[in-house]
Amino acid sequence: MNITTRQPETIRDTPLTIGGRTFTNRFLLGTGKFKNKKDVAACITASGTEIVTVALRRIDLERHEENILEHIPSNIVLMTNTSGARNASEAIRIARLAKEAGHGNWVKIEVINDSKYLLPDNYETIKATEVLAAEGFVVLPYVTPDLNVARALVKAGAATVMPLGSLIGSNQGLKAKEFIKILINEIDVPIIVDAGIGAPSHAAEAMEMGADAVLANTAVATAGHPALLAEAFALAVRAGRLAYLSRLPSQSDKANASSPLTGFLYEK
Amino acid sequence: MITLSAIKDILSDRDPDRLEELAQGSARLTRQFFGRTISLYAPLYLSNYCSSHCTYCGFHSKNRIQRVRLTPEEMQQEMKMVADTGIENILLLTGESYQATPLPYLKEAVSIAQGCFTSISLEVHPMEAEDYRELFLNGVDGITVYQETYDRLRYREVHLSGQKADYDYRFGTPERAAAAGIRQISMGILLGLSDPAEDLLELYSHLRDMEKNYPGVEYSLSFPRLRKIKGREFAVCDVDDITFIKIICLTRTLFPRVGINLSTRENPALRDHALELGVTKMSAGSNTAVGGYAIKAPEEQEPQFDIEDTRSVSRIVQLLKEKDFDPVFTDWRPISNEIA
Repeated sequence: MNITTRQPETIRDTPLTIGGRTFTNRFLLGTGKFKNKKDVAACITASGTEIVTVALRRIDLERHEENILEHIPSNIVLMTNTSGARNASEAIRIARLAKEAGHGNWVKIEVINDSKYLLPDNYETIKATEVLAAEGFVVLPYVTPDLNVARALVKAGAATVMPLGSLIGSNQGLKAKEFIKILINEIDVPIIVDAGIGAPSHAAEAMEMGADAVLANTAVATAGHPALLAEAFALAVRAGRLAYLSRLPSQSDKANASSPLTGFLYEK
Repeated sequence: MITLSAIKDILSDRDPDRLEELAQGSARLTRQFFGRTISLYAPLYLSNYCSSHCTYCGFHSKNRIQRVRLTPEEMQQEMKMVADTGIENILLLTGESYQATPLPYLKEAVSIAQGCFTSISLEVHPMEAEDYRELFLNGVDGITVYQETYDRLRYREVHLSGQKADYDYRFGTPERAAAAGIRQISMGILLGLSDPAEDLLELYSHLRDMEKNYPGVEYSLSFPRLRKIKGREFAVCDVDDITFIKIICLTRTLFPRVGINLSTRENPALRDHALELGVTKMSAGSNTAVGGYAIKAPEEQEPQFDIEDTRSVSRIVQLLKEKDFDPVFTDWRPISNEIA
């Protein structure tokens, strides 16, 4: 076989598969904190995202108010989230309410019993995942990265694991990088890095190390030009993905001699 | 935690540049954690019966005003009027009378409110944890209870009689509500009663303790300034606009994720500017008299305090949009507060 005939562009990415559906765009968008709902729509278009998350607490189910769902095209997967839930039981009730209201069966589980750091309660999240996955929901749980928790989530039926990069809304980037790497290495469901992603470079970094997708919200929503940043995020996610597929050479802070220790074996 | 002298320094500092710096930092944090969203709510007074004598309040037990308590039919009328303006988050208020507005009365009001609003908070007399539990299970999401002042001596001077004269019972109220499972707790001080720096320090420390012991609660703070009642001064509030804005910005800097409420006690110009600085929740289209929305003619009303910002809900919504804010009506979904 002539290896030179294999051109780099023929390395095709496998699509991201979640809950039996496939996606080519690996950037997911959150919809909180935007100054208006038109900006949300513009960001969806600009980024080409295929999955957005909306807090059920912010959807006006009944009447009158401008409804965020009117700004989300029907071909986009709507993943309602359980923002406001403080324990598994509340998250379960919110998810069921979303399904009954016709918002589909994709749910991002957020169980937060900490109003200061907004850190997710991993234990309650596992409990909610178990119940909702058994009821047929496509469950995407948001957690602090921990290998044992991730294994328990997979066992409970989670469709993905969504570890936080750093504190939600903090724009601090991948503070939890080493723990996320472990999940990428060990967990077979997609790993979607969520929370704390404050710049496209953070998103690219997550993708380069092998994350399957990245979700951003605060940085985009609070940017001077949200749609432009949403597009930048999508490009960074794509760039990071290609770099990962390229088997990016690892970095080193020292120059490496080609065979300093074993070179003698070949000396004549 | 900040020290008393640091708070005093900030409040007494008259350097406009340093105030601007404080405000810029506060605005940045607010946008980071809340985005350009402002939650809207409205107060609805159910009763002005009160068995406490608080010298600064229009409803106090010795004040000769016409006492009114809404019947269920009247509640329905008042609530429908407010709901028709788009408001989804209602704050039901009463004077502090355990006899006139006991737990069953409040439960009935909450049950009627559930037909009109997605989120229900109460600002009523302090209760036992088991009472809060019952209210929580019946659909109450939030409790508002202000200590008014943390200066015990001053507290005694202005709270002359009734249950409210018991400083410690009032101080323990946020904790009893949190222990009962209440989701949102709003705490605050009434500016104009005592030294603001000392009151702020105690409020911050009270909040800090609550955050540590009940981390799951969403906290918010309010800094109402004493107001005239039907044009009459009950006490003078010497907290000027500069100090008031500093209090908002300092609070935001110390508690980046805590909600800050601003009522219609404040005038439109100040409210419009405060939006950018740290406020996350505003009342709109408010009336502070029992039956004030639908039942009583303006000349028959006995307001708890005079309103400065009389703009309608739709006008406030329009204004928020002009200023590039997303007005948030619905921020909770009733999920029947079952026991976890």
